[in-house]
Amino acid sequence: MASRVVRITRFNMTSLALGLAFLYLPIVILVIYSFNASRLVTVWGGWSLRWYHEFFNDRAMLEAAWMSLRVAAVSATLATLLGTLAAVGLARGERFRGRALFSGMLYSPLVIPEVISGLSLLLLFVALNAERGFWTVTIAHTTLTMCFVTVVVQSRLTSLDRSLEEAAMDLGCDPVRAFLLVTLPLILPAIAAGWMLAFTLSLDDVVIASFTTGPGSATLPIRIYSEVRLGVKPEINAICTLVIALIAVVIVVASFASKLSSSQGESAAPL
Amino acid sequence: MAEDAEIDEHGAAARPAPQSFAADMPLLRIEGVAKTFGTFRAVDTLSLDIRAGEFFALLGPSGCGKTTLLRMLAGFETPDEGRILLDGKDIAPVLPHERPVNMMFQNYALFPHLSVYDNIAFGLKRAGMARAEIAARVAEMVALVKLEGMEKRKPDQLSGGQRQRVALARSLARRPQVLLLDEPLAALDKKLRESTQAELMELQRRLGTTFIIVTHDQEEAMTMAGRIGVMDAGRLVQVETPRHLYEAPATRWIAEFVGDINLFEGRLTAREHSRLTVTTAGAGALMVSELWPPVTKDVVNVAIRPEKVKLSRRAPAVGEGAAHTINRLDGVITDVNYLGGLTTYKVKLESGAMIRASAANTARLDVDAYLAGQRVVAWFTPDDCLVLEQ
Amino acid sequence: MSARRIFARPARFAAIAPYLWMVLFFLVPFGFVLKISLSQTAIAQPPYTPVFDLAEGWQAFTAALSQLSFENFKLLISDNLYILSYLRSLVVAVTSTLILLLIGYPIAYGMARLPQRWQGVAMTLVIVPFWTSFLIRIYAWINILQHDGLLNKILLTLHIVPAPVVWLSTDSAMYLGIVYSYLPFMILPLYATLAKMDTSLLEAANDLGASPREAFWLVTFPLSLPGVGAGALLCFIPIVGEFVIPDLLAGSDSLMIGQTLWLEFFTNKDWPVASAAAVALLVLLVPPLLLYDRLQRRQLEGGR
Repeated sequence: MASRVVRITRFNMTSLALGLAFLYLPIVILVIYSFNASRLVTVWGGWSLRWYHEFFNDRAMLEAAWMSLRVAAVSATLATLLGTLAAVGLARGERFRGRALFSGMLYSPLVIPEVISGLSLLLLFVALNAERGFWTVTIAHTTLTMCFVTVVVQSRLTSLDRSLEEAAMDLGCDPVRAFLLVTLPLILPAIAAGWMLAFTLSLDDVVIASFTTGPGSATLPIRIYSEVRLGVKPEINAICTLVIALIAVVIVVASFASKLSSSQGESAAPL
Repeated sequence: MAEDAEIDEHGAAARPAPQSFAADMPLLRIEGVAKTFGTFRAVDTLSLDIRAGEFFALLGPSGCGKTTLLRMLAGFETPDEGRILLDGKDIAPVLPHERPVNMMFQNYALFPHLSVYDNIAFGLKRAGMARAEIAARVAEMVALVKLEGMEKRKPDQLSGGQRQRVALARSLARRPQVLLLDEPLAALDKKLRESTQAELMELQRRLGTTFIIVTHDQEEAMTMAGRIGVMDAGRLVQVETPRHLYEAPATRWIAEFVGDINLFEGRLTAREHSRLTVTTAGAGALMVSELWPPVTKDVVNVAIRPEKVKLSRRAPAVGEGAAHTINRLDGVITDVNYLGGLTTYKVKLESGAMIRASAANTARLDVDAYLAGQRVVAWFTPDDCLVLEQ
Repeated sequence: MSARRIFARPARFAAIAPYLWMVLFFLVPFGFVLKISLSQTAIAQPPYTPVFDLAEGWQAFTAALSQLSFENFKLLISDNLYILSYLRSLVVAVTSTLILLLIGYPIAYGMARLPQRWQGVAMTLVIVPFWTSFLIRIYAWINILQHDGLLNKILLTLHIVPAPVVWLSTDSAMYLGIVYSYLPFMILPLYATLAKMDTSLLEAANDLGASPREAFWLVTFPLSLPGVGAGALLCFIPIVGEFVIPDLLAGSDSLMIGQTLWLEFFTNKDWPVASAAAVALLVLLVPPLLLYDRLQRRQLEGGR
């Protein structure tokens, strides 16, 4: 309502617009420069796909990208499974012994510095004498990202009308069936959002992967990171643009799917 | 910090003098005010005068524009057309926080982070009152709404009724010229609502402040208000005292909105002095007293309130002469609803039409009570009916 | 009530797998960090001598207890390098959180004031950058801030500066990167509390004589404090241990604790000291973590 008191002012509008510009401008510039023909990153040499071509001929980069995609897909799936189960336990388990520890363990990785998580997991893997590579990185990423999945799914479960489940039980469902037939379809958009979040977080991580991976199995962010430390390279612009495009596709597909599956107007936005 | 752009340049305007004694100038004059939201005309060129010290109710179904009108008086909405004069001065340029008008919100809008004391003192502090004066005024207000001892509580530690009182005390603390009440009793249960109605009336009488209340509950409006303005689709359809509104509604819509009524559509067939005869399909020829202004249309509705319809087993004895003519309808009782204080009956007339009647249960034991299926005569005098043209 | 109890049993059963996972991969590793922080440095791979071996059981454990070495922690306290990097981490985290609050609040406020249907759009717009890679976003800034980057070019063409300014490897670049990366974390909790605030409270304040500015400071701001707290903690805690942003954008003359830890681990191969640094960092973060946990739980479980 266009109330005189609670209304949007020019100041509100400006701060919002500036804020959004601040968030998007650097990314837009990066994407534009990825099509720059010039070797000098800042001299505009016309549109070209040269750096994309370069990337697709860079074996090491391609291998790292493939490794990252595999880790992201597997760890996101594992994390979604475990995170959803954890969310169900927290949102529907009422009080149980060890609950405080459980929720503490699930919430802390959201904020604990990655250097600590990475270091601690590496020490575990060394103690277990596990060979470091694909699986150690995947486990590490699963541990981190399942906490995000838990938060997303749990908040959806908490806001869900519990009388729906009670109605299902009243109509003859046992609790498990009530969950599968009524609750699960309703929280599916949140689960999809959780998977996407886990996938992109895994695709993004440098620090934990650096600790937990072994020689010869670097992920894409590790490669990008070591290149960036040496300076700006146009090829990196191209790779970054590809990653952004991939994530954009995942978001669009998933939000489309969640819109189709959720009859309610509620968005499945993460966090 | 985020509000910079909203700061006005007016500064604190001095309060207008309490009330002018200009002879026929009302305290509040609403002149052709209109407000449109998008394509929805919430308030449609509405004019209304409210005198100082009145208890005025705006009554109407939800979405009729009554709340929008109230919010324009408070200053939360600006009228698209028309003027609002308070004490003869246009208050359009006066921002809400500078108007000598206060509002009691439907959901009370108590500040959850402030105690009862600080909630009530909020407006006084804005007015720059001295600390001791504030304390005295708050104490006075707390006593007024009987909340002594609750000053330190937070709103979430109060019951619904107590919150309502805090909201009332807060809006009265600044001694506004006009107090606006938006569905003030809607959140209370029935028993509490009734006692609070009485308290509000008593308070208004004592303070002499002009109260404008918005409600969709006709009983509430009738109980409390001196005058009621009935609104429908953004327009005022009738402004009257409760009794007049009930006994002489201007239109069929009002008659049906305020209380219960039987309606028989028919054609005006005879007029003799001030006695009309209307021939209806449902109830045959009915005799009705004509009121001012005279009926001009041919097709009209005869309206009769259920409690004015009397039932008897035999036709009542009729005296000689036209003055004692009554309307008599034969029928069968189809429904009896015992409601405690009164009982309502549905009577099926010979034409097949239904008429509703109600009677007070004046005796505890009523061996002669009417039963469904019983043949009865429903009767009423010409003075008990109304002719409604629209 | 009892329907909930019937539901609770299978729900708890569902939690067993994630519970075990988190114990094994989150809790136990901290035990190792603690253990190794109390070990001696060795040259062999892995570069530490275990103080005790799990296989030897209780006796070995008690024997090991007597040999526990606090050398690493003593080093942390005695060496200026560590103390300075802890201090720097705190200063950087506090400063960035304040900047984030100053920038994030007006944005969240603007979002909450948008018409309902635009609020969802704005929220998505704020979240989307959070989905795109964090590393890429930092890299995007390097692109802009480098010596012959876009920023210097614009400043030079507008004749604001006579010669290119050094932006990279400075604290300003680091603060910029931190603010840029963490802004959504600040905006979202703020927006959540501001958006659910009852607007009739503001009208009531206004009706009672508060100007819009007064109404903001007397009503909106105090009521948004839980959001301020959540946003501030959500930014403060990870920033303290931040590694990538200072490593890529700040100069190397003074390090944050995350960088020191990384350096000890990867460059000096001193795992025990790195572990000790991690333990100390964790201890530093326990109070804000507990506070954050309480806020989170109140929001997720109490807020119905």
